[in-house]
Amino acid sequence: MIQKIKIGWFLAIRQVRRANKWTTILIISVMVLTFLNLVVVSGILVGLIEGSVQAQKDYYTGDFIISKLDKKDYIEKTTEIIDTIKSMPEVADYAVRYNEGGVAEVNYKTKTKDTDEESTSATIAGIDPIAEDRLTNISDFIVEGSYLLPDDYDKVLVGSFFLWKYTPIESPGFTSLRNVYPGSKIRLTVSGVTREFTVKGILKSKVDDVSAKIFMVDKQFRQIVGREDKNADDIAIRLVAGASPTLFKEALKRAGIDKYARLQTFEDAQPKILKDIKATFALLGNAIGSIGLAVASITIFIVIFINAITRRKFIGIMKGIGIDGKVIEISYIFQSMFYALCGSGIGITIVFLILVPFFKANPINFPFSDGILVATLSGTFARAGLLMLATLIAGYIPARMIVRKNTLDAILGR
Amino acid sequence: MIKTKNLIKTFIDGEKETHVLKGIDFEAKEGEFIAIMGRSGAGKSTLLYQISLLDEPTSGEIIIDGVDVHNMSVDQKTSFRLNRLGYVFQDYALLPDLTALENVALPLLMQGKNKVDAYNEATLSLEKVNLGHRINNLPSQLSGGEQQRVSISRAIAHKPKILFADEPTANLDNASSATVMEIFKDLNNQGQTIIMVTHEEMYAKIADRLIRLDDGRIVT
Repeated sequence: MIQKIKIGWFLAIRQVRRANKWTTILIISVMVLTFLNLVVVSGILVGLIEGSVQAQKDYYTGDFIISKLDKKDYIEKTTEIIDTIKSMPEVADYAVRYNEGGVAEVNYKTKTKDTDEESTSATIAGIDPIAEDRLTNISDFIVEGSYLLPDDYDKVLVGSFFLWKYTPIESPGFTSLRNVYPGSKIRLTVSGVTREFTVKGILKSKVDDVSAKIFMVDKQFRQIVGREDKNADDIAIRLVAGASPTLFKEALKRAGIDKYARLQTFEDAQPKILKDIKATFALLGNAIGSIGLAVASITIFIVIFINAITRRKFIGIMKGIGIDGKVIEISYIFQSMFYALCGSGIGITIVFLILVPFFKANPINFPFSDGILVATLSGTFARAGLLMLATLIAGYIPARMIVRKNTLDAILGR
Repeated sequence: MIKTKNLIKTFIDGEKETHVLKGIDFEAKEGEFIAIMGRSGAGKSTLLYQISLLDEPTSGEIIIDGVDVHNMSVDQKTSFRLNRLGYVFQDYALLPDLTALENVALPLLMQGKNKVDAYNEATLSLEKVNLGHRINNLPSQLSGGEQQRVSISRAIAHKPKILFADEPTANLDNASSATVMEIFKDLNNQGQTIIMVTHEEMYAKIADRLIRLDDGRIVT
């Protein structure tokens, strides 16, 4: 068998070397495009959601988030928990947040009988502006006005979700606020306390936890809601490079923090719907990729079939002089492998050296996420293997069909 | 060396039957040079294909080198052709992607020889037909006569028991044809058994024995 493989290789090398250059380039191009179809389509679909997931992590949860237990109003013993996490070497940074439901009103000074004041329910959040910005770069999302400073009392950042200018939706139960801009006045009612604020800036992000909140300085927030014990609603944590969120979670559990707060890695904190959509899109991507694979297989089948049928006479001659038919079949398998290997190799290079960095630097601007291209090494090589297998089969079948024809008929062209 | 007994070959095309060989009793001894002649449609090439195991007779016996080939499997026949028979076709039948050397070496490689030995033997074989200087040329770079000589070289490189030639000079000019026939005569003088189909009387005279076929039977 080894001898047959060697001679099959011998024949294949020579056939590929002396084949028409442009035909070879065309076939390899088809392989490259098929490979990219396999990887990029599902990669973009998954990346659409992965972009959302990544944004959630980068701009809200961090690597780890500690939040209040169910049926609790806040994280008990927040100060002790902060002392604990500050002492842990895995922690690179953290940000403490306070949240309460409230009502935001505008146009209350200029309302007349014929015009209503505008009001909407909103989550009011208290943040340490410096810590929050250090952890999540929230100031990057300011689209109008400027970011909060630690001493900015009676000033708020309003998420674009609430504003007609950015969210022009009219539906029952939801009001978009009009005429809100840096410098305008907004009245917030939270924990029964009503107070007027000046809009310092407008935030627009694809992460709802940023765009769908109104932010003020934490010190003022605590005064308003009476949270003098400094017990927070959530603490977002960024871990040092290489630290495992799962192991960090275990360490916190060992410290007993799970008795007072919910401990979640960024993956735990992902909404289930995101996970479901990710899985669905991966499936969809694979289905679409399969169509491309089928097309490539048919292409290789046709190429090898035409090659073999035009060389039918020479195949007959080889069999006539005593060359085993299997050797000839093996030579066509090697040729198919050559096309698949070249296509996959070029495809892998394009994916990892060009496309992945490109999409990382220039994500696709979807309304709800920045779409990136998700391509893992193992997944990509698995797809290359799939392409190879499909190509091998597509090359073997026509070769076998032609090789099995009667030897003399082939020699004489009958 | 070769013996056939009541060899019959009939082609069936739908309901039409064409009886090409109608009971051929044929014998070739070792070292003989036999020419097979006959008018077009007499069955000369068909007879050659049967006794060279390129085709399957409808009925009859074929014994080559003491072996009854009738019940051989396809793989066994392929191996038999590779190791004991050599072929020279009318239109040279060289593989266009291989050089002259590679064309000649291919059957040797198939026999299990390593590349170095196969190439050495192929080179010697090409030198025997005076093509030692053209070993790295592709068939497209060779003249018709040179291609036929490469074909002969390939056919004899593995020292076959019998060399079959189907109208080897049909596509050659007179000079090349004469060269090819000289090579065949030399090979036969060295003991090579040759069975050749030809239209040309003057080349048939070079053979030791002439067999004439007419209407599927041996007439002389």
